[in-house]
Amino acid sequence: MKPKRRAAPDPESARRSAARAPARASGGPPLVLIVDDYDDNREMYSSYLEFAGMRVAEAVNGKEALAKTAELMPDLIVMDLSLPGIDGWQATRMIKDDPRTRDILVLALTGHALEGASQGARAAGCDGFLTKPCLPEDLCREIERMLAAAAAARSTAKTRR
Amino acid sequence: MAVVPHTRRAPVASSEERLQLLEFLLATNDVAECAERAVEWLVAHAGVRHALCAAVDISNTNLVGLAGQGLHPFDAQEFRLELEQRSHPLVAALTRLQPAVVPPNGYSGPLGIPQVPYLAVPLHSPIVEEEPRLGVLLVNPVLPRVVREARWVADVLGPRIAHLRAHRAYAETQRRLDRDRNLLQAVIDAVSDPILLTDTEGRMLIANNAAERLFAAKEGESEGRQRAVALNNMLFSAALSWSAMATPEPLRRELLLVDPNEGSDLLFELISALVNDPTHGTGVVSILRNVTDLRRATEEIEENYRRLRATEGEMRVERDRLNLIIDSVADPILVTDVGGAIIMMNDPAERLFTAPKGAPEEALLRVGANDAHFSSFVANLLFAGETMRYNGDITLTDPATGRTNPFEAVAGKILSEHGELIGVVTILHDKAEALERERLYEQLKLASSELEDKVAQATSELVRQNELLRRQHIQLEQASALKSQFLANMSHEFRTPLNAILGYTSMLLQGVAGGELTPPHKRNLGRVDSNARHLMALINDILDISRIEAGKMPLHSSDFKVAELIGEVMAEVEPIINRTKLRVETDVASTASTLYADRQKVKQIVLNLLTNALKFTAEGSVQVIARYRASTDELSISVADTGIGIATTDQEKVFEDFQQADNSPTRQYSGAGLGLSICRRLADMMDGRITLHSQVGKGSTFTLILPRQAKRAR
Repeated sequence: MKPKRRAAPDPESARRSAARAPARASGGPPLVLIVDDYDDNREMYSSYLEFAGMRVAEAVNGKEALAKTAELMPDLIVMDLSLPGIDGWQATRMIKDDPRTRDILVLALTGHALEGASQGARAAGCDGFLTKPCLPEDLCREIERMLAAAAAARSTAKTRR
Repeated sequence: MAVVPHTRRAPVASSEERLQLLEFLLATNDVAECAERAVEWLVAHAGVRHALCAAVDISNTNLVGLAGQGLHPFDAQEFRLELEQRSHPLVAALTRLQPAVVPPNGYSGPLGIPQVPYLAVPLHSPIVEEEPRLGVLLVNPVLPRVVREARWVADVLGPRIAHLRAHRAYAETQRRLDRDRNLLQAVIDAVSDPILLTDTEGRMLIANNAAERLFAAKEGESEGRQRAVALNNMLFSAALSWSAMATPEPLRRELLLVDPNEGSDLLFELISALVNDPTHGTGVVSILRNVTDLRRATEEIEENYRRLRATEGEMRVERDRLNLIIDSVADPILVTDVGGAIIMMNDPAERLFTAPKGAPEEALLRVGANDAHFSSFVANLLFAGETMRYNGDITLTDPATGRTNPFEAVAGKILSEHGELIGVVTILHDKAEALERERLYEQLKLASSELEDKVAQATSELVRQNELLRRQHIQLEQASALKSQFLANMSHEFRTPLNAILGYTSMLLQGVAGGELTPPHKRNLGRVDSNARHLMALINDILDISRIEAGKMPLHSSDFKVAELIGEVMAEVEPIINRTKLRVETDVASTASTLYADRQKVKQIVLNLLTNALKFTAEGSVQVIARYRASTDELSISVADTGIGIATTDQEKVFEDFQQADNSPTRQYSGAGLGLSICRRLADMMDGRITLHSQVGKGSTFTLILPRQAKRAR
C-alpha cells in the first residue's frame, strides 16, 4: 500500500474554492466520500476536491464504503463500480435501501464504457453517472451540479410546506 | 203368291194387276226374282199352263233357265242349252224379233218340258240394239190372249233384265277396277323408293307410302316434321320445275332432302318422266332413289382406297428403310435359295462375295474361295433335316486386301406360310472385330472402376475437409467472441491508469498540484496530455469496433434536423478550424432537412469525416453538403476537401482497419487508422454506405448515404 500523499491545499485556491463550494443543508462545506480501490485515482480526486474546498473521506472497498457512510453521513458518495468484495452496485443498493442513508447522493464513476453500465448503475440507485477517464475538474463540476440540484429540490419542498 | 190352278177359263189381267207386276219388277234388282214373278204373273193372269224364262249367261255361251211354272218334274234352274246348237229352235228363237211357235218334238235336249207346242217370245234389250240374244220366254198354250199377254210381259221383262244385267256388269267392272287400283297402290307402296305423280302445276296426284313420309304431314304432327315436309316440298317442286322444262326423256338428277322423322340429310337420285294421258292431261312421274347410303358407301370405298394407297406407300417406305438398315448393318447378311444360290445380300456381304468390274485376278479368286466356303457352310443347314438353325465358324478373305477374317456365322431357315423351306438367311459376324471390341470394353471397365475409386477417394477427402472447416469455423467463432470480450476488458483496464495520467497531468497543468511550472515543463507536460488523450481515443475506437463486431452496438433511431446536427459538429471542430486557414462551408438543402436514424452515430461519422478532411487539407476549403435524392429516397451528407487526395488503388484500403493511404513507418499523419473503418461499419448498420471520390492532389469527397427513413427496429 502506497503512503497517502495528501497534498496541502494552496491557501489561495482553497479560499477561492470554499467560496465556490455550495453550502450543505447543515451549513459548512459538503462532505464527499470517494470509494475507489485504485489508490492513485482515489487520492487524485481526493486532493482535487479538497483543493476545491470540499471535505473529503475515502474508502477502498464496498465494505469500508458502507461503514464510512454510516459513520460520517456524507452529502455525496463518488462510487467506483468495480470493487473487490462488495462491489459498487451492491453497495449502492444497500445504501439506498437503508432509510437513514437513502437521501445521500451517489455518483457512479466507472471504466466500463460498454452499453448497459450506466443503466445498471441507475437501476442500483445511483443519482449520477460518469465514465473514466474523467478529469478531476469534470468530476468536481458534476458534484457541484448534483448538490445544487438537490438543494434546490429541498428548498422547493420547504417552500411548499 | 199362290199358284193359280190350271183352268180352261183364265182370268183377264186388269190394269191394276199389270201395274203391280211393273212395280215389282222396278223394285227388284235380282234377275231371277223378276223372271219368277213374270212367269207367275202369266200363269195367274194370262191363262198360261206351262212357262219357262231363260236368259243367255254372262259368258254368252249357254241359255240358262231362270224360272218356270208347270214344268214338273224338272226344275227350271237346271235348264241349260248350249248356244253352239244354232239349229235348236230355242237358240234360233233368241235372235228373232217376233214370237214364234215351237212345235212339239221340234227340238231335242235334256228338257223335261211337256211335249206341247210353245210360243217362244224373245227377250230384247231396248238399250243396246246390237245385243241380239238376251233370253227367251216359253209359254203354253198358244192362244191369242196368251200370245198378247206374253208379248207384253216380254216387253217389260226384257228391258228390265237388260238393265239389271248392265248394272251388274258395271258394278263388276267397278269392283275389278277398284281391286286393280288397290293392288297397284299396294305394289307401289311396297316399293321402298318414293314414287309420285304430279300434275303440271306440281300438285301431288299419287304418292306411295315412302313419298308420303317425305312430302305429307298430317295435322297434329310435330312442328319439326311439318317444317321438314314443307322444305322437302319446296325442294322437290324446284327440282321438278327444272325437269318439266326439259325433254320428255326421263331425267336423272340429285336431290337433297331432309328426313322428317330424324332430321338427317337424305340424298336422292330423282328420276322424272313426263306422262301424257289424253284424258287427264300431262303429268310427271317421279321416282326418288335413296342414294344416301350409296354415297356413303362410295365415300367409304374411296377412303379405303386412299388408305390402301397410303399403306402401300408406307410399306414401300418401310421396305426401303429396312433395306437401308440391312445395308447399314456392319455384319454381312445373305439370303440363299434352297439350291444354295445367293439371291440377296447387303452391302457388307457384297464386299466379300462380289468383285467389282475390272478387279484384279486375285480378287476374283478370293471371291470364288469365299463362295465355296459359304456354300459348304449353308449346305450344313440345307441337309440338316428338321434343324432350323446352324451356328458355325467360317474363315473368309477380304477380296480387296487379302486379309483373312474369322467369322461367326448364324444361319436360319426361311419357311413359307405353308411350312416349306424357301431359303436360308445367314448373318456373318466378324470375330476379329468382336475380339477387339471386347478388349476395348475391358479397358473401359478398368478405367471406369479406377475413376470410381478416385471419385470415392475425392469424396471422402471432401467430407473430411468439410468436417475440418466446420470445426475451424466453430473455433474461429469462439476466438472472435473471446477477442471481443478481451477487448472490452482491456478497455476497462486501460482506462483506469489513463484516468490517473490524464487527471494528474491536468492538475499539474492547472497548478493545482505541485505549484506553478516553468514554460518548458508546461510544454512537455502538454505533450504528455495530448498523447494520453490520443491513447484514450484509440482505446475508444478499438472498443467501438469490438462492440460492432460483437453485435453489442444498439441503434437508437429518432427523427432529427440535419442542419442542427451539422451545426453541432461544426461547433466541436471549431478549435481545429481556427488553427487552419481553411474556408469551411456548410450547405444543407431544404429537402434534406430531416432524417430518421441513430443521431449519435450519424454525428460520429460526420465528425470523423470532417476531422479527416481538416487533417489532410493544408489549404483551400472544406465543404459539408447535405442533399436529398428523391429517386432512391436517400439522404446524403458529403464532406469535400481540397486536400492531398487518395490514389485510386488506395481508395478501398482507407476503409480497412488500421490503414491509412500512406502506411509507411515514416508517414506524415497521425491516427490509428480506425476512423473510416468504424464509419463504414456504422453506416452499414444503418443500412447506409460511404462512398469516396478522390484524385491525388485535387482533394477527396466522402459521402455518407442513408435511407431517409431507416428501419424502425434492428
